Amino acid sequence: MASLLELKGITKRFPGVLANDRIDLTLEKGEIHALLGENGAGKTTLMNILYGLYSPDEGEIFVNGQKVTINGPTDAIRAGIGMVHQHFMLIPVFTVTENIMLGEEDVKMAGFLDRKKAAEKIKKISDTYKLNVNPNSYVKDLPVGTQQRVEIIKILFREAEILIMDEPSAVLTPQEVDELFKIMRILVDQGKSIIFITHKLREVMECADRITVIRGGKVVGSTTPQEADTKKLAAMMVGREVELKVKKTKAKPGNTALHVENLRVLNAQEQFAVDGVSFEVREGEVLGIAGVQGNGQTELVRALAGLLPPTEGKIEILGKETTKEKPRFISELGSAHIPEDRQKDGLILAFPVSENLVLNSYFHKPFAKGIRLQFNEIAENGKKLVDNFDIRTPSINTPVRNLSGGNQQKVIVAREFSRPIKLLIASQPTRGLDVGSIEYIHERLMKKREEGCAILLISTELDEVIQLSDRIAVMYRGKILDIVNAEDSSKEMLGLLMAGIKPSEEMKQKAKKEEQIILT
Amino acid sequence: MEKQTQNKKKQNAVGIFFEELSKSTGLVTFLAILTGIILSGLLVAVTTVEVYDAFSVSFWDGIKEIFKAAWATYSSLFIGAFGDPTKIITAFQGGDGLAIRRAINPFFESLVQATPYIFAGLSVALGFRVGLFNIGAEGQLFMGAMTGVFAGYAITGLPAYIHIPVALLAGALGGALWGFVPGFLKAKTGAHEVIITIMMNYIAFKLTDFLINGPMQDPNEYTPKTPWIQESAHLTRFFGDPIRFHLGFFVALGVAFLIYWLLFKTTWGFELRTVGSNPSGARYAGINTTKSTIIAMSLAGSLAGLAGANEVLGLNFRMVPSFSSGYGFDSIALALLGKTHPFGVVLSALLFGFLRNGSRQMQLKSGVPIDIVSILQALILAFIAAPAIIRTIYRLKKPDIEEESIRVSGWGGK
Repeated sequence: MASLLELKGITKRFPGVLANDRIDLTLEKGEIHALLGENGAGKTTLMNILYGLYSPDEGEIFVNGQKVTINGPTDAIRAGIGMVHQHFMLIPVFTVTENIMLGEEDVKMAGFLDRKKAAEKIKKISDTYKLNVNPNSYVKDLPVGTQQRVEIIKILFREAEILIMDEPSAVLTPQEVDELFKIMRILVDQGKSIIFITHKLREVMECADRITVIRGGKVVGSTTPQEADTKKLAAMMVGREVELKVKKTKAKPGNTALHVENLRVLNAQEQFAVDGVSFEVREGEVLGIAGVQGNGQTELVRALAGLLPPTEGKIEILGKETTKEKPRFISELGSAHIPEDRQKDGLILAFPVSENLVLNSYFHKPFAKGIRLQFNEIAENGKKLVDNFDIRTPSINTPVRNLSGGNQQKVIVAREFSRPIKLLIASQPTRGLDVGSIEYIHERLMKKREEGCAILLISTELDEVIQLSDRIAVMYRGKILDIVNAEDSSKEMLGLLMAGIKPSEEMKQKAKKEEQIILT
Repeated sequence: MEKQTQNKKKQNAVGIFFEELSKSTGLVTFLAILTGIILSGLLVAVTTVEVYDAFSVSFWDGIKEIFKAAWATYSSLFIGAFGDPTKIITAFQGGDGLAIRRAINPFFESLVQATPYIFAGLSVALGFRVGLFNIGAEGQLFMGAMTGVFAGYAITGLPAYIHIPVALLAGALGGALWGFVPGFLKAKTGAHEVIITIMMNYIAFKLTDFLINGPMQDPNEYTPKTPWIQESAHLTRFFGDPIRFHLGFFVALGVAFLIYWLLFKTTWGFELRTVGSNPSGARYAGINTTKSTIIAMSLAGSLAGLAGANEVLGLNFRMVPSFSSGYGFDSIALALLGKTHPFGVVLSALLFGFLRNGSRQMQLKSGVPIDIVSILQALILAFIAAPAIIRTIYRLKKPDIEEESIRVSGWGGK
């Protein structure tokens, strides 16, 4: 019997780039087929071809053994192919029903919409696949995870057999991801088939039936989660051995670089987002701050960087009180800040790479003489950092907007690390990056630590915090529940702390023992 | 990799040339102007009675008449803006100074008309670069004219080379004050600059009205007019009558260059552009956004103020109520046409100056109302603002690299 979907020799060229190079892919009925690859490997291009947004230069597509030509989403939907985009295409002020009907409106007499009929169908779909969506809710009131399920219903409503899911987990919390995987399993159990695009190894191992790895526009191999392990997959993806574990030497803590005492910070809603936090970070050590998103980490970092004045408490950076100081004063002291939202805070997207690399040192010699900017020096600096930090960009004059997420982050890291710094505040430094970039940035952070820089690492990825930190503080509802040594902690214990439960001494001891057993 | 380079080589040179050309936004601007001219020509044709008469005779006569009508309009527009070539040639052959000056006057008059456009356009463009929408150029222009004219008639006994700069500076300061207020309110309280500048316009109109009707009125006049400014404050004219071309034009070019230099070559301009492009990024980088906003608005005000001072010191030599006919408002459109770049502003100010000057002649000669020029300007701007239309009509490619976009926050934006 023919496969449900077969792509044969798909090739797509863009000016100067071979995005897809003779790609073959088959999808069987009732399976989750993961398409794994780094950002820019050609996954999305391939799926856009399948969905009719691009037309391939070469190659053929077969559905149920029949050759099909797909010239647009309408053709794709007719062939039973639907796509859940990474960024949802929903209208917030419409109800679920209205959103789903959009483009396929059922009309009663005299042109009135038949919302009732559509709502019934949506209810039925929701029940069949246990999607738990109320057709009459407004989309703006729904959490992100539910909005995604609305997107899924939208496709099922149009009777799709094949679902393409483009990085579906990128916008979800860990709990929502688990929920999504359950739903995907139900969908395939009921006879649907899914192509699952991702660059996250753990997710593939968790939920795929088959895995195809793409690198540089080519298929480099196919495997199953049973045969593969994360290390092997990472190597296939990146094209070389990847160090998933971070090499860490023993910390040599020196002077106190950051001292925070009883800090309280109000957020935009006039609530204490940071509520009496005290800690210190020493030179040559990494203090990790773990916690679920939205427990005051953002406000803490903004206060430390001088962007949000605290209402109470004291901040000392490198021996100077900076509680009420401005960002320029703080950064000039020798403190660097990798912001949580790199596009909003860390970069001027419309400016070229070279100018972003001097964003907070443009007024210093040699980049400026008096008020005259020295463009030669700025360009020299740009070339040097682009080389040193392996920033992939067509040129130093390219606007940062046109760089991939990983390379944008490298621009920030390069800029901050090239300044003489003694303290680094790194907020979500690897969010949304691919394996290669994560490895690179972790390496750089560890190197900085060995050079004697104090690092405050804020991350919602528990694995990252555990791997990189010497000590770990857990934030919950604006307070630090506990600060533990990284060696003495276990994932379970930190998980409990993140949920606001303080483990007993007994559990700590147990964790320590377990850890020792693993180590020996 | 090898395959890719081969692919690239296969393209012929002409293909590459056109590909590059079609990506340039300058071309879009040019085509927008061309399309605007064609459409306005059609508009002239459909509003001309002769065209319909000719169509009733035969189709070809109708077509001919369309071209005739458009030609009559545009040729008189051209002659109005640049002068009549045959007249210029005969004047030069004749060798009579006055005749020559009369013949070349339209061209220089266009430059005179363009001068306040340059100043006011720079004012709006500078605001845009810093993310501020300066609707207040007209009010700032009135204030600049008022303070300029005051320095022109009240200060006596100065030599021209001191009096002229002093009077211009006074004009700049008057405008700067009118820009400072909205800048300060925006930076300190978050009040939206669009509303404040609109309100400031009305205050400026009424305030100058009051002053010209009262304290600043020339005691020897019955109508509201200020006294004549001192001879020493007159902006130098380079030719005899009737050519009014004066020093202001060169000052405007100099100021345009200065603004270009400040914006793109100095740390200070870097800060302003950063604030304009991404305010939260600017704050992160330690740039004082409050200061930048206030400075930018004040500077924008001073540029518009110079436009006003230029008019009273260079042309009218005194101030009368409502002397400016919308230079400040036109300059918003003009700044956008010039892509908010100082050099682009100069070019589009020249275009507006030529159109404005030429349109009078056009109305006299061919009876086409001046409003057709407003329509032409509006069409050009519509096409510039919606480049997608031009790209579709002329099958142009989208540019690979997005240019620095201007970012002005909307209502209630941060």
